[in-house]
Amino acid sequence: MKVLVPVKRVVDYNVKVRVKSDGTGVDIANVKMSMNPFDEIAVEEAVRLKEKGVVTEIIAVSCGVTQCQETLRTAMAIGADRAILVESADELQPLAVAKLLKALVDKEQPGLIILGKQAIDDDCNQTGQMLAALAGLPQGAFASKVEVVDGKLQVTREIDGGSETLALSLPAVITTDLRLNEPRYVTLPNIMKAKKKPLEVFKPADLGVDVSSRIKTLSVTEPPKRGAGIKVPDVATLVAKLKNEAKVI
Amino acid sequence: MAVLVIAEHDNAHIKGATLNTVTAALACGGDVHVLVAGHNAGAAAAAAAQIAGVAKVLHADAEGLGHGLAENVAAQVLALAPSYSHLLFPATAAGKNVSPRVAALLDVGQISDATKVVSADTFERPIYAGNAIATVQSSDAVKVITVRTTGFDAAAATGGSAAVESVAAVAASPSSSYLGSEIAKNDRPELTAAKIIVSGGRAMGSSEKFNEVLTPLADKLGAALGASRAAVDAGYAPNDWQVGQTGKIVAPSLYIAAGISGAIQHLAGMKDSKVIVAINKDPEAPIFSVADYGLEADLFVAVPELVAAL
Repeated sequence: MKVLVPVKRVVDYNVKVRVKSDGTGVDIANVKMSMNPFDEIAVEEAVRLKEKGVVTEIIAVSCGVTQCQETLRTAMAIGADRAILVESADELQPLAVAKLLKALVDKEQPGLIILGKQAIDDDCNQTGQMLAALAGLPQGAFASKVEVVDGKLQVTREIDGGSETLALSLPAVITTDLRLNEPRYVTLPNIMKAKKKPLEVFKPADLGVDVSSRIKTLSVTEPPKRGAGIKVPDVATLVAKLKNEAKVI
Repeated sequence: MAVLVIAEHDNAHIKGATLNTVTAALACGGDVHVLVAGHNAGAAAAAAAQIAGVAKVLHADAEGLGHGLAENVAAQVLALAPSYSHLLFPATAAGKNVSPRVAALLDVGQISDATKVVSADTFERPIYAGNAIATVQSSDAVKVITVRTTGFDAAAATGGSAAVESVAAVAASPSSSYLGSEIAKNDRPELTAAKIIVSGGRAMGSSEKFNEVLTPLADKLGAALGASRAAVDAGYAPNDWQVGQTGKIVAPSLYIAAGISGAIQHLAGMKDSKVIVAINKDPEAPIFSVADYGLEADLFVAVPELVAAL
């Protein structure tokens, strides 16, 4: 079975982003970029399924600017066999990405598509579900455990209040929760090997997809600042403040 | 045109998140209808009809809708979508699962985690773990939106008298089936609806310590228990207690963070709390930058003292 793993290049999760003073967006010039953490988990899961013999080939895909090639090289250093970049300088919203991925699903016919549950920049949590809808496939969102049992995919999902298990017919789309696995570190020899793995580049037009934005960002602002708090010397003062000043207990 | 709210329910009761979503729907303009799709969910539909501000309840009942499978619920919403200008889901695990599927089938963009309705086509939503607020405008004919429940007050659960109308249930998809679930038993208030939350981090050291130290405080305050990702990953607390960008988003009146450093991802889940109290040994911990009241102390000493003082 072939697996398709979409990965996104995002601002590194440790970076505290700053809103641009003109309100057009956040300042990401000269900021460290990395693979979206949920996507690392997706690649790791694909590699583990390959190590178990369930999967034969892993294709990493990224949609975006030329520099996304670095993200794809990282995916190949973790263990993806080859990569596809859909290159576009335009802003790509989840619906556009889902359409691009749908075109690649038609082309590559994977048995499984594993995405991260959300990207930590736009915090949308949409692309996997949208891809499943467009491709007419069942979905297992927020997966914390994935197994192939009797030709069906058994997915345990993190839900509010606990977890639930579904059986999906293959092909299927799953999105990863943080608890699915612990991604491995890439080693230097694997980084060197990844440089030799094939990387194809397409344009959205090659795939016949219109990537125009449906949702326009009018402005981006700083969230309201919290007023400066105080340090209290002891528990008694804390209780007094909570009772008399904040009146919350 | 009317606005459709897709109710979150357990077939017997309407969940609290639905009430906040109704408030957001009323802000969009037009009549507010509520869809209750489930199996033997008559009680939930009757409860939805009591919500103040709701004009009509649509009740779709079929076995395939019983467990909220995305494939079936999305098809059900799609069948009703032509009559509506807005489709609103609570931004819960269930809403986030189904909503993008509906949007893609309608070929429209989706707005996630709306925190404010500016006008019928313009909304505010947080991005970058809540470090920026984007104002976005949808040009699509139908607006598909998930609503961050902490951004809106809950509509009154009683006082309404909407008519309940049965609608034809769609056929169940054969591609997905429900096998079972494990729901944590919990006598405490639900985390996302709690007025007070007591939350622990990595400094708790073990699940025994976590329970031993924080449970008495939560009991005393009638609070829900929460945890940071570090505490959850270390196995000190169950997954569904996690507060943060990737866990629950909460905004209680009082949030007590014990032994939590305050990483960006954790703050994303709780910084809209009315009053934040931080108890931490490390004076440099970032949690102190958002705390209204900070206590620099060993939590194993301070928390029991706090319990005694309440």
